[in-house]
Amino acid sequence: MNASTETKDWYAGRFARFEEGLNGASQSPLHALRRAGFAAFAAKGFPTTAEEEWRFTNVSPIAATQFQPAFDCEESGVTEPDLRPWSLGRTGGIVLVLINGHFSGGLSSIPASLPGVSVGSLAAALARDPALAERYLASARGGGDTFTALNTAFLVDGAFVRVDDGVTLQEPVHILSLASTGGTPLLVQPRHLVIAGKGARLSVVETYGGRGPGVYLTNAVTEIFVGEGGGVEHDTLQMENLNSYHVGTTLISLKGKASFTSNAINLGGALVRNNVSALFQGEHAECTLNGLSVATGTQLVDNHTVIDHASPRCESHELYKAVLDGSARGVFNGKIFVRQDAQKTDAKQTNKTLLLSDEATIDTKPQLEIFADDVKCTHGATVGQLDEEQVFYLRARGIGATEARDLLTFAFATDVINRVHVDALREKLDVLLHTRLRQGRVNLEV
Amino acid sequence: MSLLEVRNLHAGVQGNAILEGINLSVGKGEIHAIMGPNGSGKSTLAGVLAGREAYVVTEGEVLYQGKDLLGLSPEERAREGLFLAFQYPVEIPGVTNMYFLKAALNAIRKHRGIEELDAMEFIALVKEKMKVIDFDQSLLNRPVNEGFSGGEKKRNEIFQMAVLDPTLAILDETDSGLDIDALRIVAEGVNRLRSPENAVVVVTHYQRLLNYIVPDFVHVLIDGRIVKSGGKELALVLEEKGYDWIREESGDVPADAHAAGSK
Ligand SMILES: Nc1ncnc2c1ncn2[C@@H]1O[C@H](COP(=O)(O)OP(=O)(O)O)[C@@H](O)[C@H]1O
Ligand SMILES: [Mg+2]
Repeated sequence: MNASTETKDWYAGRFARFEEGLNGASQSPLHALRRAGFAAFAAKGFPTTAEEEWRFTNVSPIAATQFQPAFDCEESGVTEPDLRPWSLGRTGGIVLVLINGHFSGGLSSIPASLPGVSVGSLAAALARDPALAERYLASARGGGDTFTALNTAFLVDGAFVRVDDGVTLQEPVHILSLASTGGTPLLVQPRHLVIAGKGARLSVVETYGGRGPGVYLTNAVTEIFVGEGGGVEHDTLQMENLNSYHVGTTLISLKGKASFTSNAINLGGALVRNNVSALFQGEHAECTLNGLSVATGTQLVDNHTVIDHASPRCESHELYKAVLDGSARGVFNGKIFVRQDAQKTDAKQTNKTLLLSDEATIDTKPQLEIFADDVKCTHGATVGQLDEEQVFYLRARGIGATEARDLLTFAFATDVINRVHVDALREKLDVLLHTRLRQGRVNLEV
Repeated sequence: MSLLEVRNLHAGVQGNAILEGINLSVGKGEIHAIMGPNGSGKSTLAGVLAGREAYVVTEGEVLYQGKDLLGLSPEERAREGLFLAFQYPVEIPGVTNMYFLKAALNAIRKHRGIEELDAMEFIALVKEKMKVIDFDQSLLNRPVNEGFSGGEKKRNEIFQMAVLDPTLAILDETDSGLDIDALRIVAEGVNRLRSPENAVVVVTHYQRLLNYIVPDFVHVLIDGRIVKSGGKELALVLEEKGYDWIREESGDVPADAHAAGSK
């Protein structure tokens, strides 16, 4: 029996147990979705580096581990102070806490009255309104992807955020996802659903981390629907522990005149793969995808983005940066599709990597597939070390050599941080970067 | 004792000699001009003095305030009061002028055992110095030199000089790229910062700037050597007659033969 069948058998066994525990609920449309998810996962298995999309990212450590899906909220033992490293340092506000992928009412904080806004657990939202499953979750465009399929197979809970037409939610929604494992490698699979109505505006911040050094795989899927003229900012701070794995998939649909910005900050994890995929479903919409990865040691951070210009007259901007030290590896793949009738598309992609050591590497690949003729598409990638001319300029003014290097490294990174509009997050990131980028290096936990 | 004493300085890049025996003595309160054609080694001399690592010193010594300058790192030199106004100021995206200058000034103060300035005190100082050289406030909060015009960059160098208040300032072609008004403002700034305790070395290949910053001494640098020194009148002669007559007069090896020989 080879490793791949062994893995499938393991998850088939987990899935069977999961179904048993559902009792009567196994006839629901939601469960049909799960079954389809499991079938898709079983058919494909975990990818190998023979697949183009996974050429530089070997997930065999994930495939070789028998992760135990976390069926219940293992809330026991997790208290407020455990959340602090990922909290945005303010009281009140909207915080949806997920322990091992399951909503914790006790640890979450939701204001009593939020007119036109519904926030809380996805499980509860699905119980109230089962039609959500077919209407939104079933449309998951990432259905063909193994990790999304695996998430769907065990789909139970996550965060639910809905803002009605014309409503602006001032307060950012913080989705704090914490893994808490004893000895067993844990499979943590939150599923988040964010729906912005016509002209609705909101910000969502997702943070990821683990309590203690235990091994887990976070396999999160976030689906975001931005209604006509709506505006969503979606920020992610991935700070998993350094023994663990993170696969994050974000699927965005934009109606006409909608605007969406994502800022994806990656600081943690042993092996990280992010898929961010945006689809223009109407004209005059705008999508901005920014990313910053800071890694060292043997960390691998892979960012795959897709912007699908399926409608004319839309604009997309993309800026992904990485600071890599030690033997860290970065991967960036940025696909931009411009469909045949998507005239007047304006797309710009930039990928910049700063290497602080000789062993750190990046594989970067812009992939523009343009089928329309009247479009403006640009892309550029740079990889390099700090500019010694800049270092000398600072030193010639009295700033120490190491301080000069740190200043320049910070400036490189903060370019992305400054694009975050959620003040509390931006301030947190500022502090985190200052502690991590010191002595000319990337420093881990401090 | 002079402030700066350069003795028989030989320097170059990787097996390629550029400076071939520079001797120069700068006393407190003095202004020296170093003139010479393009490629003669003026920026190399300025760079060696500021600690640019690309240059290798193969012979000679430099004393600054009686101490060995060449053994100091670039930042130590700056903290000891040496300032180089760059011929090509560097753009530093992501670091504002204010942040940069405050970090620089406080590094210098710390080194000298003076209390570091807080934000309020720093702003007060900056406001005062801005007036001296007529520096545009909007440039303060912009990233260092990023998107600045040529003239703005040069002015920024002088503004930094005003804030850091150096003992020895070396201005490397600060005049090039400036129109006449800007030139006058920059020169006025330099003149106002003069004191009996500090000195200025002005590197230029035009006489123009020296109408406004009047030097006590003019040195002619050709092919890596100071071949002639004199008073401020020398600059006028150079303006009128160029450099060839000096080459002949100094009995130096013809320029091209010399260049070939140094390869
Ligand atoms: N970093 C360097 N690498 C190689 N050659 C250099 C370098 N700096 C200067 N040179 C060479 O040394 C000579 C003197 O240059 P420079 O000092 O810039 O002259 P100036 O400032 O008088 O115009 C030139 O031939 C120049 O090409
Ligand atoms: Mg020069």
